Parts: sequence; structure tokens; C-alpha cells
Amino acid sequence: MKSNVTTMANRPLSRPWTAAVLSAACAGGGQLLNRQYAKGALFLSVYAIGVAFILPRLYEAIRGLITLGDEPTRIVNGALVKGDHSIFMMIDGLIALFVAAGLVWLHVLNAVDAYRQAACKSAASGGRAPGVRLAAREGRTALLLLLPAFVLVLFVSVIPMLFNILTAFTDYSSPNHIPDRSLVNWIGWGTFVRLFTEPAWYSTFTGILLWNVVWAALSTLTVFFGGLLVALMINHPKVRFKKLWRTTFILPWAFPAFIAILVFRLLFNGALGPINGLLEQIGLPAVPWLADPTMAKVTILLVHFWISMPFLMALQSGILTTIPKDLYEAAEVDGAGGRAKFSRITMPHVLLATSPILIMQFASNFNNFNLIYMLTDGGPANPAYFFAGSTDILLSWIYKMTLEQNQFNMASAVSIVMFVLIASISVLNYSRTQSFKEKD
Amino acid sequence: MAAIKGRVAVLGIYAALIGILIATLYPLVWVVGTSLNPGNSLLISSMLPKNPTLAHFAALLRETDFLLWYRNTLVIAVANMLLSTLLVTVTAYAFSRFRFKGRQAGLIALLVLQMFPGFLSIMALFVLLLQTGLLNTHLGLILIYAGGSVSFGVWVMKGYFDSIPRSIEEAAIIDGAGRKELFARIMLPLSVPAITFVMLTSFIGPVMDFILPQIVLRSSEKMTLAQGLYGMVSDKTNSSFSLFAAGSVLAALPITALYMAFQKYLIHGLSAGADKG
Repeated sequence: MKSNVTTMANRPLSRPWTAAVLSAACAGGGQLLNRQYAKGALFLSVYAIGVAFILPRLYEAIRGLITLGDEPTRIVNGALVKGDHSIFMMIDGLIALFVAAGLVWLHVLNAVDAYRQAACKSAASGGRAPGVRLAAREGRTALLLLLPAFVLVLFVSVIPMLFNILTAFTDYSSPNHIPDRSLVNWIGWGTFVRLFTEPAWYSTFTGILLWNVVWAALSTLTVFFGGLLVALMINHPKVRFKKLWRTTFILPWAFPAFIAILVFRLLFNGALGPINGLLEQIGLPAVPWLADPTMAKVTILLVHFWISMPFLMALQSGILTTIPKDLYEAAEVDGAGGRAKFSRITMPHVLLATSPILIMQFASNFNNFNLIYMLTDGGPANPAYFFAGSTDILLSWIYKMTLEQNQFNMASAVSIVMFVLIASISVLNYSRTQSFKEKD
Repeated sequence: MAAIKGRVAVLGIYAALIGILIATLYPLVWVVGTSLNPGNSLLISSMLPKNPTLAHFAALLRETDFLLWYRNTLVIAVANMLLSTLLVTVTAYAFSRFRFKGRQAGLIALLVLQMFPGFLSIMALFVLLLQTGLLNTHLGLILIYAGGSVSFGVWVMKGYFDSIPRSIEEAAIIDGAGRKELFARIMLPLSVPAITFVMLTSFIGPVMDFILPQIVLRSSEKMTLAQGLYGMVSDKTNSSFSLFAAGSVLAALPITALYMAFQKYLIHGLSAGADKG
């Protein structure tokens, strides 16, 4: 009986390419040719359902992505007639593209399967090598483990990101192109052209970008050197109560940042704020902490220093303790003074250990939305800017354009430019980190 | 001469440290003082009120949705912590221990995604949630957080898994352990520090966040603490400073305690990630 089965399986079935072409033309065809009747029937029926029901919908959705709708919602003879909603069509179309890609992939797999089965069974050795089977099982387990994260990331990150990019190439903006009263159209690079050529947009963009870069650099550097200085002061051999200083100074780091920001918003309030109250009590003039554009920027840096310095201090205290003591002793023998020891031993060591964190901090400060929005709300107002105040950074500007002004296409264009900027910084960062270069 | 110079330096350091101490504590003491101070004035003359009252706390709990915001924040944070940690651990494990087609491409894709700040896609998320009926739901917010945590967390966790020698697993395989046992008995116990780090960051993230809840959660009974407290001070006509102060104290105490308890893990996790540089 057993030998009979083996001879059946070893008998030449069909030519691999014939099976593959048959499966490519009609899923399951090649499998039927290979005499895998159950598998072939299953593939065939899934394929039939797909062609009958899914394909027309995919076609509709992808057509919608291309046209973005033909008829807006309108009133005909006093009755509301529901029209096309360009934005929903865009998202449906995007999802349809992914579904289509998945289906094409499955179809290719089906053809490959037909080819392989035919090839294996007609080969003299018969059957597959055990190594191949094991690798296939590994791959399947890995796929199963990755599937949940993959689906979630697809819907939460990838599709929104693509949608964001697409929006920049439309005229989706208030007041004339907001569905479903009106339709949205593809306009190519028009939004980018406006951003870089129309003086009002261009000056707003460059003004905010400049402040954004200055802000990210200054906030990172002040906190870095401030933290280092405080850590050095506490570490000074003659200073006592080290634990007291350290525990107290770390409090702002543990204190929820969003609450601290709101507290400072009240403290620095120009007319009623307690800090100006204190200044008046000792006979000093009130300071326009948040009302003057330049002063507001200084205030933001101060608040950021208060919030972020403790973390850097804690980090650098830790790093300082890892510097071998004998390095200093050797330097002293060589006659090095305090300054030389600092610049030749301490600084290089600290910089080496913290440079990835510095770049990380720069990137996160670059996008520190909470601080700007909750402290100044972008203010004080800047009449020269489009939809932005003097202290707005790119991200808070994008937020305002999107959720307050409905300038969706311009917000998307700015976010793409911004993404390119951040990505270049990050690439620089990652190309330097070892963890990217894999060992195996 | 050198001794005098040294003493002056030490005195200077003490002066600086005391100055920082005052600047550090002033806002904190001010919040506590305002929360206990009778009346609704932003300008309080004494930081330590003469007639402290708990009236603001009582009013906060009775007149606002504070408890609800608190509960919402906790629900979102805990749910995200569990979901994110599960996703990140499983995904990182697959990337660290399995070899499959598209592995390198997947890792690089995660890296690129991490560079693209999730909330740049504000309106896409808004429309997607609207269409799936998840707008103004906690579930929608949790899914966004969890999806966003994958790219960062997987890189941290994968790095950690990679550092666990394979020989331990190989020994266990000889003893007859399967994939599941390897994961549950060897990888998980050995990765407690990395898992703690991912759990903490995915718990703290939602508690501290403002922008995403502001987009997703539209009604007062769904709001989080950050939104609720912001509403109390952003409104110019509203003089609920004392309520805000009381709310801040109640919100900050547990978070601060949590931070202080776990600060070692957080600093260590970040500097460990940096050490590889």
C-alpha cells in the first residue's frame, strides 16, 4: 500500500510552468492540475468570491481615490441630496490599495505554490528537504507573532502618514474646499509652490522654522550645560548634604510636566501673576513675561530649564561617577590643573556618553508641542504671520492650521517639509549608533 | 591663598545650590499654598496661608468632573500599558529570534515610522476614527497610543533581547523545551528591566499627553486630566485658579510618587539605550 502511494507521488504530474501559469490565470487551477483537489477547490472558490464581490468594490474605491468625487452634497428642490465626500473617498481608496496589494501578494503565492508543488513532485528526489520545511514553519510563526503589530501600525501610522502626504497635493482647505459642501481636487505641487513663493506663507514658514531651530538648539544646550554644572557642583568634594540636594533638585523631573507648565502659565501671568507681584513688592517694575515676543521666548527657555535640567543632572551625575579616579590622579601627577582635568577628561567622557541623548533631546525639543501650546498658546499674536503667533513652533502651527483653521493641505505640506528635516537629523543620529549595525 | 580661593568657591557653590533650591521649590510650594488658600485670588500674599482650607478640594470633587478625568486617565494609561507591552514584547521577540523574509525591511520601516511624529497625521487619524466610529472613545485613543509605541519600544526591546546569549536557549532546547517555554521561562524573566521600562513609559506617556486626547476626546465626560486642567486655566473669563491648584496637587502627588519610585529604571533605561552608541 505504502509503496503504491510513493509511486503515485513520484509520477510526473505536470510541468511546473504550466501549473504556475494556470494558477496565475485562475487561482487554484495549477493546484487542480497537480491533483491537489481540496486545495485547488478552496483556492478557486475564494478566487471566485473575490472576483465577484471584492473586485468591484476595490475598483470603486480606487476610482474614488483618483477622482475624489464628482458631485458635492447639494440641495435639489428643497431636499438635501447626499453627494461624494472626497476625504472619505481618499481614505477608502488608500485602504483599498493595501487590500489590493495583499490580494496580489496572495495570488502570487498561489502561483508560486503551484510551481513548487509541481517541481517538487516531479523531481527525482521527491518531497521537500526538511530544512526548507523548517524554515517555512519559522517564517509562519514569525508572521503570526508580527501580524497584530503590523495591522495596528498599518492603520494607526502608515495609512495616516500616506493620507497626510496625499493631502498636501490637494486643495483641501477652508473656505472653498471643505467636503461635503464642496469637493476636493488634486492640484499637484501647488501647495508647496505657494508655501515657498507667496511672501506671507514663506515669511511665516521661515520665521517659525528659524525660531524652531534656535529654540531646539538653545533648550538642549542650556539644559545640558546647566545639568552638568549642577552635577559638578554637587559632586564637589567639599560640598555636604549631597543626597539632600540631589533629591530636591530631581523633584521637577518627577512632577508632571503638563501641570508644571500650567502652573508657570499662572505664575508668569503679566497682570495678576505672583512673580510680577513679588517684583513689585521689592520695588521692581513688572516684566512682560508672556506678552512681549522676545521675553516670551526667554520665559519658555526658563520654564523648559526648570522642567528638564533635573533629568540631565541625574544622568550626568551617574556618568561622572563612572569616570575612573586614577585618570585624575595620573593627570595630577603630570601637573594638570582643575581646568585641564575638566577639558581633557571630564568633558570628553561626558560628551561621548551623552551625545546620542543630546541628539534625541534636540529632536524631542524640536517638537515640544505641550510646552509651547500650554504655556503661551503660540502667543503673543504676530500680525505678520499666517495663523501663528510669535512663539509658535512648526508643530503648533500645524496643529492650529489643522484643528482651528482648516488649512489641511498647507498643514500637510509643512509637515512633509518638517518630516524631511527631522528624518535627516535622525538618520545622522542612527548612523552613529552601534545598535543599528547588527551583529549577526 | 589657594585655601582661601577654595573656600570662596565652596561658598559660591552653596549660594548657587540654595538659589536653585528656591527656584525649584517655589512653584511647587505656590501650588500647594494656592490650593489651601481661601478665596479665588491668583495673587496670594503668603505662600503658607494663615487660614488653610480644604474647601477648594471639596469644590473640585463636587463641582467638576475631576474624578471622572482621573479615572479616564488611569483607564487609558493602564490599558495602553498592557496592550503596548504585549505588542512590543511579542514583536521584538519575533524580530530578535526569528529569521524570515522581510526582517531587515521591517526593522527599517519601524525606524522610518519612528521619525515621522505620529501626531503630524492629526487629521488623518481624526477622519479615520470618525469613519470607524472610534472618535470620542477611549478605545480609539488607546489603539493610537499602542500603535505609536510599537516602533520605539520594539527597537529598545529587540536590543535587549539580542543581548541575551543564545547559548542559554540552546541548552534549554537540548533539555526539550519548546518555543513557548523558551519565551516564558527564559526570555521573559531575563528581560524584566527592559519590560519594566516599556511598561513605565507606556503608562506615563498617556498620563502626560495633551495633544492626542485633545483631538480624539471631544466631550467633557471622556476627557483626561491634562485636558481638564488645561481647560481650567486657558479660559480667560474663568477664575478657577484655586480649583486648578487643588486639582494639580491631587493629580501630581501620585504621579510624582510613581516617578520617584521608578526613577532608576527610567534613567537607566535611557542611558542603557545610549550606552550602545
